[in-house]
Parts: sequence; C-alpha cells; structure tokens
Amino acid sequence: MSASVAYADVEVGSELPPLTVNLQRINLVMYAGASGDFNVIHWNQRVAQAVGLPDVIAHGMLTMASAGRVVTDWLGDPGAVVEYGVRFTRPVVVPDDDKGATLEITAAVGEKREDNLVRIDITATFNDATVLGKAQALVRLA
Amino acid sequence: MALNKEFLGKVYPAGPAYAVGREKIREFATAIGDWNPAYHDVAAAQALGHRDVIAPPTFAFTLSFRASAAAVLDPGLGLDYSKVVHGEQRFAYDRPITSGDDLVCVTTIENIREAAGNDILTTRGDISTVDGEHVVTTWTTTVARGTAGESA
Repeated sequence: MSASVAYADVEVGSELPPLTVNLQRINLVMYAGASGDFNVIHWNQRVAQAVGLPDVIAHGMLTMASAGRVVTDWLGDPGAVVEYGVRFTRPVVVPDDDKGATLEITAAVGEKREDNLVRIDITATFNDATVLGKAQALVRLA
Repeated sequence: MALNKEFLGKVYPAGPAYAVGREKIREFATAIGDWNPAYHDVAAAQALGHRDVIAPPTFAFTLSFRASAAAVLDPGLGLDYSKVVHGEQRFAYDRPITSGDDLVCVTTIENIREAAGNDILTTRGDISTVDGEHVVTTWTTTVARGTAGESA
C-alpha cells in the first residue's frame, strides 16, 4: 500500500478536496447491473411510489461508493483504506429528468492515531440535508 | 413478527467460490463513476504494490449481500424482507479485493434487536480466499420497518 498523502502532513481538521457527484437514472441502471442489486425501487417509479417513496431512489451502496471517492481520490491508493462505514439516514431521490440528483461530498481529518492511521469524517449532502450518518473511513497514510 | 432471537450467532457456511475478474472490477468501478487507475490499469495498480487491479472498497458488499441471502431469507428467522431498508454498512479490510482472488464468504447473525417498532438485524460477512487468507469483514444492518410489534 502506498498512499500519496503523508501522515506528517495532515492535522485534525485538515480538509480533503471536496467532490460533487451527479446521479441520474442511467447511473442507477448501471449500478444495478454491476452490483447485482435489482431491487425495483431503484429503477421503477411506479413501484417506488407504490411503496411510499416520492420517486425512484439511489441504491444506498451507490451513495456510499460515491462518498468514498472523496477519500480514495485523495489517497491515490484505495488500498490504503482500512475501514469504511456509514449509516443511511435519508434516501437520495433521482427524478427522471436531465438533472438527476447532485451529492455534495466533503471530508476532513477527524483523528490521528498510532501506526500512521487517520480517521476521516465524511459529509454527504443532497438538497441541503445530509444523507449519511457517522460516515467515517480509517486510512493508513505514508 | 419479531425476529427469532434463537438465531443470534447462527453461522451460514460459504457457497461456491467467487472468482474476482478484471473486467468485473472495471465494470463496477465504471458504474460508480470512479476512474481511479488502480481499478482499471494493471500497470498502475502494480506500481502501487498490488498484484493486479483492485476493487473499490464497497465492492465487497456484492459478495456479502449474495452470501447473506441464506440468513436474511431463513424462514425461521422471521424477517419480512418486503419491509427492509439498508440501515448501516461497514467494512474492515486486511487488504483490497484483487483481480484473481477466489473468495468465499461465511455469514453470521451478529445482532438482533428491536427499536421504535422496527426489527433490526446485523449480519457479519467474513470474506477470505479459498486458501484461508482473510481479506475483508463486512457488517450489514437491515431494518424491517414497523414489524417488531406484529403478532405472527
């Protein structure tokens, strides 16, 4: 593993470069196929609304994967991720238009531990509300 | 119907091995919009010290999700899958999943609880190579909304 970021170069509070992720229906279809998760609420408006959702929603795991990019883009080597966890707190609604849903991802160093380990705290926002809770990655820096 | 707490700790053995391939990793990375060279370019991955292209961190879920079906659909457990949402997800890695790995996943029911009328189930997936090298552990918490107070 060879993260491009040095442990000595970060402090608690150091911010990672933010990331904007746009999710449209095609991205949900691609994720369904690649992941094998064909739950109908992620691609069929009729069924999504029948179970009480406002519209089709993104797979939670697609939101988690998108949010994780803020860390792996910064690390260079995604193999330097030691732990990654989130709570799914709000659905990401993806309308059938040419705008889709836009996620704003920010992250900062939350804690420096021994052995070059650093905890990164991630915030994922959609329509001005957070969609992930306690989103944290533990990474090993150079 | 409340979940059957006698299933706490129950272990579901691994099914057939999953062969991790380069094109599957590239397809998955493309689907999450991630062009990190470590996922797509063998030489770039090797320059980082990996044997071959590596999978994005959340790829492990595709294996544990498949393996956990035996647990979450176990009739005796009593989970109403039609009311389930994904509550929490966590991964702990010994190393990244790498193209060429042959992986198996053992599923364990790690926690069963009720909160606010919901049934809450946590399953652990221990993913290792067929040779016994541990690669990643996954924890998946699923919430069945409003089912805890229902009678059978």
